[in-house]
Amino acid sequence: MLSKRVVSCFDVRDGKLVKSVKFVDTKEIGEVLGRAKEYYDDGLDELVMYDITASSDHRNIMLDTVETIASEIFIPFSVGGGIRSVEDATSLRWAGAEKINVNTAAVERPELIAEISHAVGAQSTILSIDVLRVPGDPRFPSGFEIVTHGGRNHTGRDAIAWSREGERLGAGELVVNSIDADGTKDGYDIELTRAVAEAVGVPVIASGGAGKPEHLYEVLTEGGADAALIASMVHYGEYKVSELKRYLDGRGIKMRMNY
Amino acid sequence: MDSTVVQTPEGLRDAERIIFPGVGAAPAAMNNLNRLGVVDALVEAVRSGVPTLGICVGAQVALDRSDEGDVQCIGLIAGDTRLFDLPDPALKVPHIGWNEVRVVRPHPLLEGLKQGDEFYFVHSYFLDPKNSDHVYSTTDYGSNFASSIGQDNFFATQFHPEKSGRFGLDLLKRFATWEGTPC
Repeated sequence: MLSKRVVSCFDVRDGKLVKSVKFVDTKEIGEVLGRAKEYYDDGLDELVMYDITASSDHRNIMLDTVETIASEIFIPFSVGGGIRSVEDATSLRWAGAEKINVNTAAVERPELIAEISHAVGAQSTILSIDVLRVPGDPRFPSGFEIVTHGGRNHTGRDAIAWSREGERLGAGELVVNSIDADGTKDGYDIELTRAVAEAVGVPVIASGGAGKPEHLYEVLTEGGADAALIASMVHYGEYKVSELKRYLDGRGIKMRMNY
Repeated sequence: MDSTVVQTPEGLRDAERIIFPGVGAAPAAMNNLNRLGVVDALVEAVRSGVPTLGICVGAQVALDRSDEGDVQCIGLIAGDTRLFDLPDPALKVPHIGWNEVRVVRPHPLLEGLKQGDEFYFVHSYFLDPKNSDHVYSTTDYGSNFASSIGQDNFFATQFHPEKSGRFGLDLLKRFATWEGTPC
């Protein structure tokens, strides 16, 4: 039986682990490799790295960081941030990233999903979506809109329609990030996660809002998610990966407990 | 383990061991292998006893043919690669994530695995060898499928040992010294 996954998200700027609050303010909180190794040894199931390097040397820094991590961490490893072309995707694959995450560039040019999927395979093509609640707005039948730039840019796309479109174009997995829940520590947006998980046939990774072990339990059961993404919960030492997995295992969720 | 990526038949002829990884689609993999002209050299190396490890699509194209694009494959082991057909909507395809590998026939490369040890899988098609003697482990996803297969000096996994933490690394380390005997 397939295990549910605990996935840690690293926002990385210039090779350093940072935390961005509501995608705006960022502060440095650690070394990427040291943290990644610590979580890997502690049973982390998957690592996602978003590169938010602003400098012009962006791509090279990202490739260096990816190579360093991939040579030391032997779990699935996905990378996102500024991927705009098949060349970006394939160079990251060669550097050791298992999965390629696209978000804004795919919203701007949906064919990018198909191009990357064709080049690296659907199993390695991840569509990340940033979603805002827009209740009562007739333009969005699901009540959820796709946004970019941390919610500052509205795209006019319905979140469920876009999720289906992403799957059709060749995304093998979806990361569903709630802008409303992000940074609140009040729990994932269960309703959103469930709506997406029911709309698509590919696995869904829930993101945004995790603050307590119960939140992971809720999103992996009620929310229908295949994986739960965590960041500050573990980055600030409040919880350990192994502790979260033990908790979920104890509540009857199938987890990978031997590592 | 010193390794080099080879793309020519000549390169394969010098190999002491061969890792035959794969990712993506079987038809694309077969196209590339045919284009590079390495299929015969690979078959020859395996027949001559070179310890060889196939991974994921590398395992799938070792069978006779694949449902994916209905493509003829290498045929190192008799059988087909088939698409998951799972009636339960909760079981998604691709099968992505960590799942238990249960050893059904002892093999030096799977030595030491215990109940509950998991490996990382990413695939939509599964290995269906004709002869169950070629199955070394099974994994449950809707039903039990062959998660590793082998014959003599050839061994292949549907899962990714390189992404499977300590247990995967152990398998790769054992491969580095494996003499190519199945037991």
